[in-house]
Amino acid sequence: MDTSAKNKAYWRKNLQYLAILLSIWFITSYLCSIVFVEQLDKIRFGGYRLGFYFAQQASIWIFVELIFVYAWLMNRLEKKYRTDAETEETEQP
Amino acid sequence: MNVQAWTFVMVGLSFALYIGVALWSKARSTGDFYVAGSNVHPVVNGMATAADWMSAASFISMAGLISFMGRDGSVYLLGWTGGYVLLALLLAPYLRKFGKYTVPDFVGDRYYSQVARIVAVVCAVFVSFTYVAGQMRGVGIVFSRFLNVNIEIGVFIGMGIVFFYAVLGGMKGITYTQVAQYCVLIFAFLVPAIFISILITGNAIPQLGLMGKVADGSELYLLDRLNGLSEELGFNLYTDGSKSTIDVFFITAALMLGTAGLPHVIIRFYTVRKASEARISAGWALLFIAILYTTAPAVAAFARTNLLKTVRYEQNGERTDVRYEDVPSWFKNWEATGLITFEDKNEDGAIQYRGPNSDIENELTIDPDIMVLANPEIAKLPNWIVGLVAAGGLAAALSTAAGLLLVISTAVAHDLLKGAIMPTLEEKQELTAARIAAGVAVCIAGYFGMNPPGFVGQVVAFAFGLAASSFFPAIVMGIFSKRMNKEGAISGMIVGITFTAAYIIFFKFISPELNTPDHWLWGISPEGIGTVGMVLNFIVSLSVSALTSPPPDEVQTLVDDIRVP
Repeated sequence: MDTSAKNKAYWRKNLQYLAILLSIWFITSYLCSIVFVEQLDKIRFGGYRLGFYFAQQASIWIFVELIFVYAWLMNRLEKKYRTDAETEETEQP
Repeated sequence: MNVQAWTFVMVGLSFALYIGVALWSKARSTGDFYVAGSNVHPVVNGMATAADWMSAASFISMAGLISFMGRDGSVYLLGWTGGYVLLALLLAPYLRKFGKYTVPDFVGDRYYSQVARIVAVVCAVFVSFTYVAGQMRGVGIVFSRFLNVNIEIGVFIGMGIVFFYAVLGGMKGITYTQVAQYCVLIFAFLVPAIFISILITGNAIPQLGLMGKVADGSELYLLDRLNGLSEELGFNLYTDGSKSTIDVFFITAALMLGTAGLPHVIIRFYTVRKASEARISAGWALLFIAILYTTAPAVAAFARTNLLKTVRYEQNGERTDVRYEDVPSWFKNWEATGLITFEDKNEDGAIQYRGPNSDIENELTIDPDIMVLANPEIAKLPNWIVGLVAAGGLAAALSTAAGLLLVISTAVAHDLLKGAIMPTLEEKQELTAARIAAGVAVCIAGYFGMNPPGFVGQVVAFAFGLAASSFFPAIVMGIFSKRMNKEGAISGMIVGITFTAAYIIFFKFISPELNTPDHWLWGISPEGIGTVGMVLNFIVSLSVSALTSPPPDEVQTLVDDIRVP
């Protein structure tokens, strides 16, 4: 693959990751914590109401995980698509 | 030692620490001053970002607000954390890859237009000033409550400290003082939270205590106990909301999109070495933020339970309201500050604290800020912890203020002076200009802190609404759409800002009496309207750019360059 085709493939894969991770982001924050919170509140484990737990605790931890997962996926992807000779240089401002 | 002496010690020690750090990290070049030389470790930057982000509002007010709003309080919890996902996935790595120093730099170059650059500068300065005035006010309030000095002197001391390390150290000084400030503020938030969690639930981890049982022998889960007490006194159930679903949805979205578009947060990601570090650094930042943001709702529920159990309890087998002469000492201490007021309307000597669903008239008014500030006293913690909370509140306010002042000084010296008015400026002169701009900005912020315009509370909605409806769409489309041209971006920003500002100004300033759900567009409050502004921005930008010519080749190459691995 030449460089430009490689870059295109890299970008397409990146957009796929974004679509998946942002869907999870949307489902946890907007669907589980806001739109369907009342329905989920009926599901209880001991003191946990699922909707309330999503809205005030779980979503925040899921956000943290999403970012770390994305960082890990992208590091792997960059290693794969960067030609062996070049290493990621520090971008100078 | 008494509370006041301990407060002086804690605040004094923390200030000495900040000054020491500032002296050690003096800025020597514009690169140091604007972006700390771009060689900050991602974890260090994460910690600094967390302190930068968590303001006096997060530290002092948020838990209290949640404790009065119940489930509706999640708009803040979700809104002020979820934006980091957008930041890490859509903005930060690309802006870092683009290089340069600021958001107006990117907007100006990507849209090959000085108009776009200047619109961005004006937005950045406006957003930052509205925000920083609130921080300076917060500094003054902490000083006056804990140290009995008047607000003006408190603001003046705060200005002096920020002036010292922001003007001297620039971004480099700010970064390392923010790390110190994060440590102070998180320690100051967690220690009382852990103690009050043990007191109310018997569990040392507040996040688990929130979902556990209360330790008062009733064998009930905390949230059930709290719902029971709320219902008894005529309040809505704590785990139910009173805002409409659509409003909660739009407010949360506006806060998230605003978070991702706020210039003082974005600018922090220019300080790491490369794009991959910007991604991981956003993860660290959110982890450090999450420690406070998952503790706050627990503190909110504990404080609420404790308050309701104090005013209403069982005596000789009967449920009764507390008599005024029997209230604990923290109640009277805070009554003296005017943050708790009790008016014995039916003159029976007892405190009737009642919600909107009760037939009995409410006699007690409580300022939400008390929930965090009075926690150490409520939990009967030693005096040094009270002093620590004061130092934590100051750390939160000062770290945010410094980050905002840097945005203002960069916008003026780099984007306006060097970028638009005097492109021939040499580095040394630019650095001096940046220092002077930072100094002037500190003074203006201090003035607003001492003489707050009556609308400081209202303009926070402005800051988020404007960031959501201008910066966020402009930057995202600049990266993800190669076809987006300057005509599209500029008209989108103008439509987004005008719509959002007009809606907020109408309901907050022109006709506040109409500010009720019946009059709102689709039931969306002014706090949530930035989301609609953002959607309008996207629609207008995409339509206008489709009808006008594509951007020049060198701009398309620029977009390609930030998309490579």
